[in-house]
Amino acid sequence: MEKSESSTTLMMQGNQACAVGALAAGCRFFAGYPITPSSEIAEYLSVQLPRRGGKFIQMEDEIAAMGATIGASLTGLKAMTATSGPGFSLKQENIGYACMTEVPCVIVNVMRGGPSTGMPTLPAQMDVQQARWGTHGDHEIIVLTASSAQDTYEQTIRAFNLSERYMTPVILLLDEIVGHSTEKVVLPRQSEIEIVNRKQPEMPPQDYLPYKTGPDLIPVLANLGSGYRYNVTGLCHDETGFPTNDTRNNEALIRRLVEKIKAHRDDIVRYRERKLDDAEIVIFAYGSVARSAKSAVVKCREKGIRAGLFEPSVIWPFPVKEVFALSGKVKAFLVPEMNLGQLAREVRGAVEFKVPVHQLNRVDGNPITPLEIVNKVEEVI
Amino acid sequence: MDRYEIRLSGSGGQGLILAGKILAEAAAIYDGLNAVQTQSYGPEARGGASKAEVVISDGDIDYPKAVELDLLLSLTQESCNKYSGDLKEGSILIVDSEAVKDLPQGDYRIYSLPISEIALHKVGKAVVTNIVALGILTTICGVISAEAVRKAILARVPKGTEELNMRAFNEGCQRAAELLSG
Repeated sequence: MEKSESSTTLMMQGNQACAVGALAAGCRFFAGYPITPSSEIAEYLSVQLPRRGGKFIQMEDEIAAMGATIGASLTGLKAMTATSGPGFSLKQENIGYACMTEVPCVIVNVMRGGPSTGMPTLPAQMDVQQARWGTHGDHEIIVLTASSAQDTYEQTIRAFNLSERYMTPVILLLDEIVGHSTEKVVLPRQSEIEIVNRKQPEMPPQDYLPYKTGPDLIPVLANLGSGYRYNVTGLCHDETGFPTNDTRNNEALIRRLVEKIKAHRDDIVRYRERKLDDAEIVIFAYGSVARSAKSAVVKCREKGIRAGLFEPSVIWPFPVKEVFALSGKVKAFLVPEMNLGQLAREVRGAVEFKVPVHQLNRVDGNPITPLEIVNKVEEVI
Repeated sequence: MDRYEIRLSGSGGQGLILAGKILAEAAAIYDGLNAVQTQSYGPEARGGASKAEVVISDGDIDYPKAVELDLLLSLTQESCNKYSGDLKEGSILIVDSEAVKDLPQGDYRIYSLPISEIALHKVGKAVVTNIVALGILTTICGVISAEAVRKAILARVPKGTEELNMRAFNEGCQRAAELLSG
């Protein structure tokens, strides 16, 4: 597929579209531990990566898989792992390590429901806040989401591009319906795909400081083995990469880690909208629920209710500015989610409680249908 | 065609998810329509209720799951009991006559055929029950062309089993055609 000179239309499962997108983005390393409902990503890459000179490793567990992903990325390979809730919990410590050491990598979490092993085969969106705050310490993180196989393909490529540009782990949150739905995907020519590759140092090795950054606040990390030697640690470190207890240095480091994402939020945040221009009620929905919401918008309009859809494809950084801008124009928000209100609270904060934010929540492993959304809209408007 | 909803149901291991993928591919790639296939299964590898759904449309498909069925295939009594409530008026119910004895009451067009029996004794392998069912379903619903389904089967089944699967599909088509004309 990668070598094809014309665009190709294929029927693809969302998980496969994720794997195909990863390859198109240049991913050449995957370490993981298979887990429903994400296993098809590993399955597909286990076949395709070796054919492209890449490496696939099934590790002993998810902690090791995250570690291997970071290690591979330090050598310059674009690296990813994929998992579901229980594995995502295990990866958190090393995700923090990747934030602190500024190593680009992509973590896909095809969400399932419940704490612990929960509901392996049923859809849910219960890891949205964990994606933001799962690892400890002040940090920023980029989290993307997708609502179809086509979208999954595109967002996976974007996840790699953002991670390479901002030298940071990027999380792609999918749900079981998106991961397991098979539908048409149009694959563009490889030459038409925008690909971002991390920068490499231009000065001689003796002048190189890995964590010295310019005005963009983003470090340039040399590929290990390329002749540039430096230290990598999860401890607070100075520009050389060696640990330090200099409190002024450490304050500057933590602030820079956060600021390098915040300062570029306009480049990162993306959303899609439908019929927001004259909307009296905004349905804020993401993942597979956005598809139900799209259909609900049409049905509401048929009933004379001016509903619109706000579908974030980036949920962290949260589109605060964009959601706030709507608060002066609409009567209410409705946030349907397959959790108990994890992003509804963010919407509420973004609109500064100026307009009511209603919730529609399911945590039983069933999808939210268009009809349920329409009924809720009729109830609250 | 705004939205045509098909649900294939039975027990885990009967190949219904593969059958769903074949139907969706036939509609979307070979017949030029849009299609989304989704699935639902339990944590177990065999047994348990299993279903695959295919939504077909000539426009965009937002909600990917079936809500009001135009066609239900049931290979077990349990799945028929569980899912026939979602059939809409005038819709099609196809059942394996050996497994489903208790038929739902309602305004449905019911087609009862010994699907697994045809696979085992006519075609020679129980494993192609899903493909026999596809032949029957394709002929009865008339939404997807038989040619498209044949192409999609050949693209999906393991190498060396093409001839067996074609015989299974053709047998299903023929039995359904006889039932329709009879």
